[in-house]
Amino acid sequence: MNTADPPGWLSRLRAQQGALAAPARTAADPVNLPMIRRWCAAMGERNPAYLDASSPAARANNGIVAPPAMLEVWTMRGFTPDGSGGVANNLLGIDQMDAAGFTAVVATNLVQEYPRHLRPGDLLTQAVTFAGVSDQKNTALGAGHFLDYHYEFTDQRGGLVGRMRFRILKYRPARGGGATAAAPSKPPHPRPAITPDSAFFWEGLNTRRLLIRQCAKCLHLHHPPGPMCPACHSCEWSALQASGRGTIHSFVIIHQPQLPGFSYPLPVALVDLEEGVRVVSNLLGIGADRVRIGMPVEVEFSEVEPGYVLYAFRERGGT
Amino acid sequence: MRHPLRDQAAVVGIGATEFSKDSGRSELKLAVEAVAAAVADAGLELKDVDGLCTYAMDKNPEIEVFRNIGGRDLKFFSRIDYGGGAACAPLLQAAMAVHSGVAEVVVCYRAMNERSQYRFGQGFVPPPLPNAEAANWGWTVPFGLATPASWVALAARRYMHDFGATSEDFGRVSVACRRHAAENPHAWFYKKPLTLAQHQSSRWIVEPLRLLDCCQESDGAVAIVVTRADRARHLRHRPALIRAAAQGARDDQMNMTSFYRADISALPEIALVAEQLYAMGGLAAADIQTAVLYDHFSPFVLPQLEAFGFCARGEGKEFIKHGNIEIGGDLPVNTHGGQLGEAYIHGLNGVAEAVRQVRGTSVNQVPDVENVLVTAGSGVPTSGAILAAAA
Repeated sequence: MNTADPPGWLSRLRAQQGALAAPARTAADPVNLPMIRRWCAAMGERNPAYLDASSPAARANNGIVAPPAMLEVWTMRGFTPDGSGGVANNLLGIDQMDAAGFTAVVATNLVQEYPRHLRPGDLLTQAVTFAGVSDQKNTALGAGHFLDYHYEFTDQRGGLVGRMRFRILKYRPARGGGATAAAPSKPPHPRPAITPDSAFFWEGLNTRRLLIRQCAKCLHLHHPPGPMCPACHSCEWSALQASGRGTIHSFVIIHQPQLPGFSYPLPVALVDLEEGVRVVSNLLGIGADRVRIGMPVEVEFSEVEPGYVLYAFRERGGT
Repeated sequence: MRHPLRDQAAVVGIGATEFSKDSGRSELKLAVEAVAAAVADAGLELKDVDGLCTYAMDKNPEIEVFRNIGGRDLKFFSRIDYGGGAACAPLLQAAMAVHSGVAEVVVCYRAMNERSQYRFGQGFVPPPLPNAEAANWGWTVPFGLATPASWVALAARRYMHDFGATSEDFGRVSVACRRHAAENPHAWFYKKPLTLAQHQSSRWIVEPLRLLDCCQESDGAVAIVVTRADRARHLRHRPALIRAAAQGARDDQMNMTSFYRADISALPEIALVAEQLYAMGGLAAADIQTAVLYDHFSPFVLPQLEAFGFCARGEGKEFIKHGNIEIGGDLPVNTHGGQLGEAYIHGLNGVAEAVRQVRGTSVNQVPDVENVLVTAGSGVPTSGAILAAAA
């Protein structure tokens, strides 16, 4: 399908790339030891450079320094009971995304740079720039857009003491969920709908067997399976375990769209099993540039998720 | 022996909204606008409508359209499945309805905000509801083969292997459609023809399909009014007789994923439609002056030409060379620009173009049109029709 013009709200938001994402904010308090101690306790951080002025580590730094990862903490608003202090609430782009229906948020990337250690007494100011918004992406959480923000932190003399690149996903929850959700560590792999007529196949995969429905009366192999033999109309059947050997009958290399749980470019093949039926499959160990119609292959099984085994094919007699 | 349905019904009105990427209004509003325009084009009134027919994928129920046009008695209502495969089936059902006297004025419609609302090409990951239809997605989606482009590409790749077709051959289809669209003010690609070099430099979507092998995504609606042929004679325009109409599905047919037949590079369901159309119409390929061939993806136009006997099996790539399917060639195809060039209204905009060719009002009018072939979605259970000029 042709790429088309983005919706109006997205074009307008894009046009604001480079603008300030929020008013500059100076920390309520300078870098201080009580907050450093509380943060280290919460994080299980025990480095004496941050906690003990008499330690060799602290002396090497000419005194206690703040943990670098506290860079953003000094200028954060902090917890408020109504949630209004949240980092992602007040940045340019959030309201536009909410209005377009992408009401949920999850942070996805954060990279910080530390030009120098921060010390008690440093008073930080934060300036945030809106660095851009992606096209709509489909993710496991739901459809959404990635927004990028660039932060600069300066001290009381205007010197640069930190940079941060922050990316969030504003999305439409896929299951009509609430305002925020925890991101799963790996998107779920698409699953088949299983009926009584196909259950034997998917259960067979869990036992690492590729099973083909075979008519009990005329031995016709029926794949994809169904309740009746198309050759003789018998409903009696048994499962034949395929040898796993086959040849590639056709294939594609998928570039777009990119679905969660797959890596691209993605080869997908249609394999002629030697029993005379075909299956669609992914390939193992065969790069996109090597796939050939006629390539001999053999099956392998892998558990893509606990209790969910899929088959794939590797070149037979090859690497 | 004359088929009882031949020439008994006619298309007497066509109507459409604009075709865009964001209609800015509901699909139902698009539907009633197109229906009203088609009925006015026919010289009839909305209160005359007593039959409505659409695609199963259309989200505008017949009764909701009927309620909004202030209808009173609806005697025929029907929805036909399999996506764009339904494009000509409403003509068959409408012809049967009016010929048998069940209804008098049947409007066939399709209205969708496909581009602005849901986008068929984004990857189909259905919820795992355990019924037979849902179960069939399990044979492809867990392997990432989850979009119409990927399903067509798998068959197209085999076609290339069987007959030596190349990406350039597919590109010639896109070039022809875009040449026609460039002359069509209603087309998205009006004034924007395409060269083969541009086609070849467009990015891969699913090899062997490039971006410019894939039809557009569109918002819009089209409606078609069908009455008995004898009534059609007294209405506003030259009637487009439904000389023949047919549906077809073949052995081991699946919905876009018929990968299990011995030969996956042919479109046997289209061949079944061809057989029925020629039989009902008393016609052969030589009797067709122009064709609207479903072009959701350019590669499938070639086996359609073969299935209809315009050329031999595997010879499609030769047939389309040298501008043969462009205006001025032996068989101009998709004179409105097709779904590659005009808009993607699931094939019903192609039916409207077939009517215009019969009326003599196409922007790319073919001279001396007697019979126009129009096909529906390929790779799915499908349909087709031959519209003809009344004597």
